[in-house]
Parts: sequence; C-alpha cells; structure tokens
Amino acid sequence: MKLKLATVAFGALMAAGPAMADLVVPNLSYRTGPYGANGTQYADGFNDYFTLLNERDGGIGGEKVQTPECETAYNTEKGVECYESTKGSGALVYNPLSTGITYQLIPKVSADKIPLYTPGYGRTSAKNGKVFEWVFNAPANYWDGASVAVKYLLDQNGGDLNGKKIALVYHNSAYGKEPIRTLQELSKKHGFTLTELPIDPPGQEQKSQWLQIRRDKPDYVIMWGWGVMNQTAIQEAANIRFPMENFIGIWWSGSEVDVKPVGEAANGYKALTFHGVGMDYPIYDDMKKFVIEPGKASQGGPHVGSVLYSRGMYAAVVIAEAIKKAQELSGTSAITAAQLRDGFEALDITPARLAELGLPDFGPEIKMTCDNHGGSGMSRVQQWDAAAGKWNLITDFTEPDQEILTPLITEDSEAFAKEAGITPRC
Amino acid sequence: MEFLYASEVLVNGLMAGVMYSLVALGFVLIYKASGVFNYAQGVMALFAAMTLVGIMEGRVPFAHMINAAFGVHVENFGWTVPGLLAILLTALVMVGLAIAIEKLVLKHLVGQEPIILFMATIGLAWFLEGLGDVMWGADVKVLDVGLPQGISETVETVTNNWLGYGFFIDRLDIWAAVIAAVLVAALVGFSQYTKQGRAMRAVADDHQAALSVGISLQFIWIMVWSIAGFVALVAGIMWGTKSGVQFSLSLIALKALPVLMLGGFTSIPGAIVGGLIIGMGEKLFEYFVGPMVGGATENWFAYVLALIFLVFRPQGLFGERIIERV
Repeated sequence: MKLKLATVAFGALMAAGPAMADLVVPNLSYRTGPYGANGTQYADGFNDYFTLLNERDGGIGGEKVQTPECETAYNTEKGVECYESTKGSGALVYNPLSTGITYQLIPKVSADKIPLYTPGYGRTSAKNGKVFEWVFNAPANYWDGASVAVKYLLDQNGGDLNGKKIALVYHNSAYGKEPIRTLQELSKKHGFTLTELPIDPPGQEQKSQWLQIRRDKPDYVIMWGWGVMNQTAIQEAANIRFPMENFIGIWWSGSEVDVKPVGEAANGYKALTFHGVGMDYPIYDDMKKFVIEPGKASQGGPHVGSVLYSRGMYAAVVIAEAIKKAQELSGTSAITAAQLRDGFEALDITPARLAELGLPDFGPEIKMTCDNHGGSGMSRVQQWDAAAGKWNLITDFTEPDQEILTPLITEDSEAFAKEAGITPRC
Repeated sequence: MEFLYASEVLVNGLMAGVMYSLVALGFVLIYKASGVFNYAQGVMALFAAMTLVGIMEGRVPFAHMINAAFGVHVENFGWTVPGLLAILLTALVMVGLAIAIEKLVLKHLVGQEPIILFMATIGLAWFLEGLGDVMWGADVKVLDVGLPQGISETVETVTNNWLGYGFFIDRLDIWAAVIAAVLVAALVGFSQYTKQGRAMRAVADDHQAALSVGISLQFIWIMVWSIAGFVALVAGIMWGTKSGVQFSLSLIALKALPVLMLGGFTSIPGAIVGGLIIGMGEKLFEYFVGPMVGGATENWFAYVLALIFLVFRPQGLFGERIIERV
C-alpha cells in the first residue's frame, strides 16, 4: 500500500512539475490583486516568447523551456513563498516584477546561486556585479531613468534647468523611493528645486498632493507610480489643468492601462521606456503564426503588443539570449543556474542581433560583464496620443549621466557589501 | 493667502469625505439590520462597477471560460446599453446577488455568533473578487456614465472674484455630494415612512421581537443586502469614474473603516458626519503637518483620528450606547 501511495505521489509530482530535462524559468507573476491588470500583461508577454521558441525552434539549443507560474499578487511574502516552492524544480532564473520581492530575494538567490533578472526595477546598485554576483538589471535601472528624465528636461530647456521647479510624485514604497537620491544629486548639479510628494499605495486618493502642485506650480512633474496610482495621478493632473507635456512618468507609469481610463485628457502625457511598443516588428509575424493563431497565446492573447506585454516579452528575450550564451560557453544544452550566470555576464545583444530576432531598434544594446550587470542604462521618451490610442516614441535612446550615477552605485553597493560581508570580485 | 489655501484644503477634504461616506453607508445598512460587519462591502462596489461596465459595453460574461470550453471566440454581444438602463440592470444583478447570499450563506447561519457571520463575509469577499474577474476580466475598465470631471470653473471664477484666489473643486466631487445627499434622504425616508423600512428598523432593534410580530427575517435580509448592493453600485460608479474600474476599487473599504469607527456602525447620519470629519481632518493634517514628517500621512492619520474619538466615545459619535447588564 505504501509503495502504491509513493508511486502515485511520484507520478503526480512528475506530471505537475516540469520535465527534468527542460529549462525551467519560473514566472513569478501577479494576475490578481491591486496590480493584477499590469502584471497580467507582463506575464503574458513573458510566457508567449518562450512559447514561440518552443513552437518554432523546439526550445533553446534543443531544450524546451518551461515557465511554471506562481501567483505573488505583488505581495512580498507570497513572492518569497513562490521562490521557495519553485527553486527546487531546477529553476534557472527569477524575474519577480516587484522591487519589494527583489529586495527579499537578493540574499536568497546569492545563497542558492540562482540568477535574479530585474530589468527596469529592483535594487539599482545591483548594477555593480562586483558585489551583486547573482543579480542583473540591464538594460536600465531607476537611477538611469531619473537621469534620462532630467536629461530630457535639459534638452527641452536649452541645457539649463537652473531655477526650475520639479515635483516628484512617488509611490510611498521601496520602489517609489528609489530615484530620490539621484534626483537630489541632479538637482544640486543642475540647480533645480526638487519637491518630493509621497503617495500611499494603492493611491486612489491624491487630492492633497495635487492641490499642493496647483499652489506651488512646478514646471515639471516626474512620477514614480504603479497601478491605480498612475491613472489617478494623470486624472488629477488633468483636473488641475497641469500641462500634460510637462508630466513625465517612469516606465512603470507609462502603459495603456495608465492613460486609457483618463480618456482625451491624458493626451500628451509622457513616459520613459527602455523598449519599443506595438506590433510593427517582424517578430509578430512568427508570433501570430506559431503562438496566436494556433491558440497558444497566454490568456488567448488579448494584450499582444501593449507596453507591458512588450516589456514582459523583452525580459524573456534577454533571458533566452543569456541561456543561449550559457549553452555556448558551457558546451551543454541542459545548463545549470550557475552556468546561466556566466551567460548573463557574457551577454552582448547588439542592434544586429535584435534585428535578427525580429526586433530591430526595439531596445538599446545590452552588454554585460562581470562588473557591469546593468548595461548602458539607455532609455527614451514616449508620448501618449489619445486620439490614436497609442504611444509615440519622441526621442532616441539616451544615455544617463554616469558622472552622477557611478559614484552613487559604488557607494550604495559597497555599503551593502560591507553590511553583508561580501568581498567584491572581478 | 495661507488661510485661503487651508480653506481650499478644508473644502476638498469635505468633498473627499463624502466619497468615503458613500462606501461607509453600505456597511452601516447591513450592520444596523443584521449586526453583521460586511467585510465584502468594498468588493461589492467593485463587482457592481465591473458589472455595470460589462453591461454598458455589451460584454459577454464568462467570455474567457466560454471561449476555452467551446473553442469559440466571443467577447461582445455587439450592442451597447445606455448608462441609466445599465445602472437599473446592474441594480437588478445586485438584488440577485442579495438573494443568492441570503439563500446560500445567511440562511444557514441564523443564530450563529456575529464573528461567524463576519467570517462568512470574508469568504464572500474572496468569492466575489474571483467571480468578478472570471465574469468580466481583470483589466482596467473605463467607466463613463456621463458624470463630469475636472475643475469647476464656476467655483474657481466666483472665488477668484470674491477672494482673489480661485478655489479648486472637482465637479465629480460636487456630484458625489449631491448624490450622497439624495441617497441619505432616500434611505432615511425609506426607513421612516415605508412599511418595509419600519420592518427593517424593527429587525435592527430586536430580531426575536420582529419575528414574533410576523416580520420575515429572510425578506428583510434580502432587502437590506439589496439596498447595500445599490449603495455599493453608487460608490462603485463614483470611484470607478475617478480612476477606472479595477481591483483597487475594493480597497476603498479601508477608507470607510475609520469613518465607521468615528461615526458609529449603526447610524446613517454618522456615516456622513464621520466621512466629513475624516476627510477634512486627514487633508488638513497633511497640509499642516505632512511637510514636517515627510508626507503621506492620510492613510494612517484617518485611523489615529478615529482612535482618538473612540477613547471618548467607544460607540462612535452617533452609535448606539452599548449597555451590558449582568
């Protein structure tokens, strides 16, 4: 009887878990809770790219890719539970789409030796690969975003922000607080006044902050929001007749779900992005043929081509390329998590390679090394066209101000190394 | 000028308070009639708003499930429904929901401790959250029933002419205040002057006594939950118009909690006055003290304010005095 039970249990485990030989890339997603509308689109893009590789190419290097999903609801405790419950399945890399979860996972992945890939979010100073051996955040991080936003404003003002007033409206969380230090440094360098306006999540009530903006009349508002906070902020900005073209969001405040509920009033709102958007890329020919039309798209494909779908897909592209690189380096297709880290550190996604993947000019070149886990940090500005219902890219990829950022990253990562007893490598 | 700024904050705080009161009202109705703290009230507002958008846009409910089960691709019926008719249809859905809740949940828990009923409403909240997503999808939905939004230019011009500073008041907030006033008047009128309303009050006063004079507890519960469903629909419309219909709408219940603590769980006027005090208090505190402590004080200050009131009046400003005889 015991043997029968053990056989049944083993059988169930084998059926439920991914096949042992497959490459396992857990998808720590959130399709429920206050941020579910955002998380769903990202998770769909992430899943669909791996489905495309499996259906079109038979996986990567002949190995199929499994993306077992675990629902975190953007909740840090649940995210950690998801990590603990999936890491034993041969997980190669994690991408939890949450700065809070990232902070909790950094010590865990370092102990378990599993890469953590956090494109455009997470701990900014993880860019320093000398300290954060297992964490990668290319192509851009929050401080890059803050710097590119200020650079854009400099361009708009003939290179001079002296005497200008900029308000930062931010999600009162680890995520929202990330750009403050950089913006403070940039305000000293360029002579603008920075006002910080925190908004408690989820952020449906922001009247006080926008009344203050109405009184103070800042020249520009920069936003670090997520979920309902974005829509409410854009609506409140429209309510007080703040000029939309002077309102710039970080990339997490720049998707269709943020502007569409506001309607015509959101026209002209700007946001940063580190990747292209829409379906005008050759990759979508294959996506239609191998994923969407055969009915294999995640959730049936309702969000294909949206900003957050594109971002999820882009994260999957980078991970897939790192896997390919790791396979080349190790000479084996069934790579381990440690070998994938080597793949990330040798990754070079050139513009030519992006075009080969069907994504010409989709993102900046991503070149990572042992000490640089964050790439170039380049991003660009997009603007919402409410009548057409689409985002238009209005700048080229712009490099952040490394003169300000490098010392900050060094300082923060070294402090972490000291605290965690890490000896810098490379 | 500083005084005018503070006055503007105060007026906007009162307006925000009205929005909180709209949510608190639903809690009060159910608590008053059945002694149940309905944890699902916020989710009911979300569910009602989702249903309203679904009906207005002619969406096929459970489209995902239908598509997956039958291999078809249906999304919309191909028609749209005008706002007012859609509101009426949604109100009917909320009545249906009230009947289902009574038949499937409450009926089986008659005579149980209030904590058991409270826990049942937690389960109900989880269920409704999932049901709403499965029926209508989890994406952010735009709700437009024709309510205006944005600064009231009349108020701005008038205050500018009188005081030299144009006040900001959102037109949606003005509408919310008017709607809340009508709603409270209707609720008070209903409970005072109709047979059903008097029966509802009788049940609230004493279940056993009400039963003994032939009042149907089952009918009253269905009626109260239907009214609470309608109030949730109104709150859902106002908050959904403000920032889209999405999961976060269910969290507005958190804003109603300090209002209830302050106003009392059993008083309809208490919900309104409580909302106004909380709205005004949190906005003024943020204006005067916020900058000194790094801002974002509103969420916690509302609870602190409610707690301060509780120290002096545990039953809330308008709540019934708790008398325990031993």
